Amino acid sequence: MSTGKLLTGNAAAAWAARLADVDYIPAFPITPQTEIVELLAQWSASGEMPARFVSMDSEHSMLTAAGAAAAAGARVFTATSSQGLLYGFEVLYTIAGWRTPLVLVNVSRALASPITLEADHNDILSARDTGFLQIHAETCQEIVDSILMAYRLAEDQRVMLPVLVNLDGFTLSFTREPVILPTPAEVSEFLPLYQPRHAFIRGDRPMAQGAAVLGGVPYSYFRYQQHLAQENALTVHEEIAQEFAARFGRRYGLTESFMLDDAEQVLVMSNAFATKGKAAVQRWRAQGVKAGLLRLRVFRPFPARQIAAALAGRRAVAIIDQNLAPGLGGITYQEIASALYQENLRPPLMSVIGGLGGKDISEAEFDAVLLDLQRLAQGERVKSPRLLYTRVEQERMRTLLKIAGKEVRA
Amino acid sequence: MNTPTSTELDAIKSLKQIAREEFILPGTAICGGCGGLEALRLAAKALGPKTVFVNAAGCFTLLAVFPYTPFKGAWLYTTMASAPAGAQGVRDALDVLMARGKISPENNVEVVVVAGDGSTYDMALSATSGAIFRGLDFWYFCYDNESYGNTGMQMSSATPYGARTQTTPATTQTRAGTEHGKKDLFEIWRAHRPAYLATVSPRFPIDLTNKFLKAKHLRGPKLFIAHAPCPTGWLYDPEQTADYARLAVETGVFALKEAVDGVVTHTYVPRRKRPVEDYLQGQGRYRHLFEPVRNEEAIKQIQTQVDRYWENVHETTGAAR
Repeated sequence: MSTGKLLTGNAAAAWAARLADVDYIPAFPITPQTEIVELLAQWSASGEMPARFVSMDSEHSMLTAAGAAAAAGARVFTATSSQGLLYGFEVLYTIAGWRTPLVLVNVSRALASPITLEADHNDILSARDTGFLQIHAETCQEIVDSILMAYRLAEDQRVMLPVLVNLDGFTLSFTREPVILPTPAEVSEFLPLYQPRHAFIRGDRPMAQGAAVLGGVPYSYFRYQQHLAQENALTVHEEIAQEFAARFGRRYGLTESFMLDDAEQVLVMSNAFATKGKAAVQRWRAQGVKAGLLRLRVFRPFPARQIAAALAGRRAVAIIDQNLAPGLGGITYQEIASALYQENLRPPLMSVIGGLGGKDISEAEFDAVLLDLQRLAQGERVKSPRLLYTRVEQERMRTLLKIAGKEVRA
Repeated sequence: MNTPTSTELDAIKSLKQIAREEFILPGTAICGGCGGLEALRLAAKALGPKTVFVNAAGCFTLLAVFPYTPFKGAWLYTTMASAPAGAQGVRDALDVLMARGKISPENNVEVVVVAGDGSTYDMALSATSGAIFRGLDFWYFCYDNESYGNTGMQMSSATPYGARTQTTPATTQTRAGTEHGKKDLFEIWRAHRPAYLATVSPRFPIDLTNKFLKAKHLRGPKLFIAHAPCPTGWLYDPEQTADYARLAVETGVFALKEAVDGVVTHTYVPRRKRPVEDYLQGQGRYRHLFEPVRNEEAIKQIQTQVDRYWENVHETTGAAR
């Protein structure tokens, strides 16, 4: 029998690794991820998990050990966050190139400088071109489910790529929500033992892995293979999601549509703050506004066709990016705009930046976005990207600047 | 093929006792006369066929170029800074898979890091420290050609005082070329108390083989620094590699030694050391010390360093004084 528990996002991630019966967990602490590896360390030490847990000397080493263990044929789990993900960055490309199917959880945290603790998505989105698949979770339940699905996806012969599962620091990592945990028996039926067929190290079958290539011909071939495997993952994900729904009753799409059927004004969001967007949509619906929300969930492979189908024909669409590419704007905005380019019924788009470093997106800010959306729908021009910042926040910042000895003009 | 491999024997006394079988086959893209590859070839004979070489970015990356590999064992290319962490992942994976009955013990392999001095002395020092600290049961083979060789001879922290490199040129301002002394990696590693630690030279194959055979009986980190004369970077004719490897030892520039549980023994003490000049002269990287004018001060400094080192070694036992 499945059991319900109140779990933080971090505990949910740890439970998923435990249920996936992983063999190996190389670890390195970083806020706000640490609770995940602490739990796994306890369970491994006490024998509740048969996995081997090892404390590494950096995220660069941790990710190398993770990839190498997967290359040796083990089922591997690890987790990091923010600066840690960037410290190990080259290894992400390396692991994807090895075609090793491990799962890495990233607990999103904004990047230095200035150094800070709370979430935004510059960390995870920096990994968008590494070859890792990416699943972004909104709730603690979705963390468990996505990690279990991620192993199926990664280990599928048509995919054979590592997966990053993202959850937001603080807003999800330290928030307790009711979570239904499937039993180990139920999970082992859905996720059988990993039987490596391509990547392993065995005395009787020596193999060179990660060998160099000379010239663009073999290099392009192997890179294209990664892209084609990512494309396969769109189909494979749907198969897995269907089976998951049949077994566990929860259906996950590549994207999630919320009150989208007849929606005219649409928000596009991802991760935990999508919950705030959904609340705004419900509030607007109560006021008679035909609003809806599209949540990005599987971010790599990028489900361009599904996104285009969900957004084509809408009167106006605001893409709220909890990230910032300075000098460009929102990162997902660019990808969504390109997904829509071929559509005849292209909706007018606007880019919104909000929630950087965990900054709240208040009701008033959502309302300001709606106002812009309505103007956009009338054919008016609006400022894009719009950088959300309230008057109250500006006042608070002015006080801080004053204390720091910096006078600013009103 | 009834020739016994050296893996079946204990300490050997003659070259004939070294395994005839090759575990690294010829025909790679490595430079002719590479001292590092000769040392690795000998090491592989002692290690036997069930190995995985976990490689760091460096010259030896070019050993396995798709779709070829010269190794009878397995190979995994990692990064420049984290080959020891790769070894950790492989070792742990094999251990846990055996413990859980997912693979049979016959499929176990020796895990061997292969890294140059640029990786070993610089980028991967902290990853190596971590692996030794964790007591990882692995081999580390550092081919030390005293420079970033694969990129064309730039200074690394293994480059000795007085050697000229592409990034430490000999000028009127920097007459010695490299003005830092070589980092003492042996002592840095020894401070970690690894199970076994040794220096080896490709020109002393019996000494090299016996060190690997001895280490085979030990669990934990087994670390080797292999002197790797490099014709391409040190600028001498490839056929002279064996000569320079021998001269490095006989002048006392490169000490053959081992440390078991931290206790150092020199496995070869040159009785009458030849002057360091015999080793330096003829290598293009030291030419500026002799031409157009002799840099007496620099040559003397190198000789003094070597003499001071050996003053602290007992002539007959090879122990540190």
